[in-house]
Amino acid sequence: MKLIGETLAALRGERIVFRNVNFDVQSGEALILHGPNGSGKTTLLRVIAGLLTAMAGRLRFIDDQEKQLSDELRDQSVHFISHQDAIRSQLRVQENLAFHASLLGAPAKNVFPALEAWGLEKLAGHSGGLLSAGQRRRLSLARLSLQPRKVWLLDEPTIALDEATRKHLTSSCGQHLASGGIVVAATHESFLGDPKSLYLGPRA
Amino acid sequence: MKIFWALIHRDVILGIRASGGAALSAAFFALIVVLVPFGLGPDMSTLKSAGPGMFWIAALLATLLGLERIIQPDTEDGTLDLIRLSSLPLELVALAKIIAHWLTSGLIITVLAPLLAPLLNLSFSAIPVLALSLLLGTPALSAIGTAAAALGASVQRGGMVLALLALPLNIPFLIFGATAVAKAQNNADPTQALLLLGSFSLIAIVVGSIAAAASLRLNDE
Repeated sequence: MKLIGETLAALRGERIVFRNVNFDVQSGEALILHGPNGSGKTTLLRVIAGLLTAMAGRLRFIDDQEKQLSDELRDQSVHFISHQDAIRSQLRVQENLAFHASLLGAPAKNVFPALEAWGLEKLAGHSGGLLSAGQRRRLSLARLSLQPRKVWLLDEPTIALDEATRKHLTSSCGQHLASGGIVVAATHESFLGDPKSLYLGPRA
Repeated sequence: MKIFWALIHRDVILGIRASGGAALSAAFFALIVVLVPFGLGPDMSTLKSAGPGMFWIAALLATLLGLERIIQPDTEDGTLDLIRLSSLPLELVALAKIIAHWLTSGLIITVLAPLLAPLLNLSFSAIPVLALSLLLGTPALSAIGTAAAALGASVQRGGMVLALLALPLNIPFLIFGATAVAKAQNNADPTQALLLLGSFSLIAIVVGSIAAAASLRLNDE
């Protein structure tokens, strides 16, 4: 799998947040997006996820047979973990994740192991509204464990996480890369040892 | 299709548990019907002639109450992004939202209305027609409401805006619904009004799903 962006530009409201952005990542590689606030890291992730149409440029997902993926297949091959956690306080932790499992098309039996993997099994029956910021983050990240998908798009994944969960996230990403996945993450911190990075925003 | 049912299941649970959900719609509907006799006075014939219209106005207002919870919370907390990334076409997403809203508003009103009928001195023969008219017509109110909710999803606390968008489009259903019940009460044949109500309702569900899907697609552009 390859992910190629060529001369991408994107508009938010009436402002061009970035232009002429080029990158390519392939299986086993991570791309880290850097840049000041408002430089378009989240916007670029949304463009890659297909939630936002790029104003200019071309974005291609190329599979192992060198064929370009259709939009539908692209949706099926990404995990998008944004800074919005999509957790409802009226639903229990388990119900929240079970709903995400059905959206992803993952079997319901994967829900509990995913909670366990992110240390949330004891909170399964609690209301989503009772979670702390870090726990909400963990519940969002637990979506990664529901179903294997090739491309992980992570927006500020380490925010509010404690040291142990950070390590777990890093090792999960490591395993994902080792098994031929792709990680694209926007962050202000160093993440995964900064293998390949893309700087957005004005050059210093 | 599993996603379709999961969406309905979740929205119904949210509708039941959320404040401003199913219970509020039902209570609001009952309250309007209960208040009418106080406002109009105890004259039985006045109540009888106002009854069909009042029931339908109450149903219309009660379904407007829940519009804000159909789509707006999903845009605010990012759930809509995940729904858009799922394999379910947005038209079916909208249809699931319509069904879930109807189950937590229109259906309850339909069940509740016959029990409240004696309060407005509705004749016995008109009660089944009232229930049938609500059963046929309230899905359309949910469909129009969902389309309005999708259009206004990015408006913060836009409940009143949604109501203003949806209300004018609900008028035909009010007319046919109230006419059917009034006819039954006057021992006339309500079939024609009911058939029109039902067919308009089907159109509203289809058009509402497509319109809501189109607005959802544009949500982030």
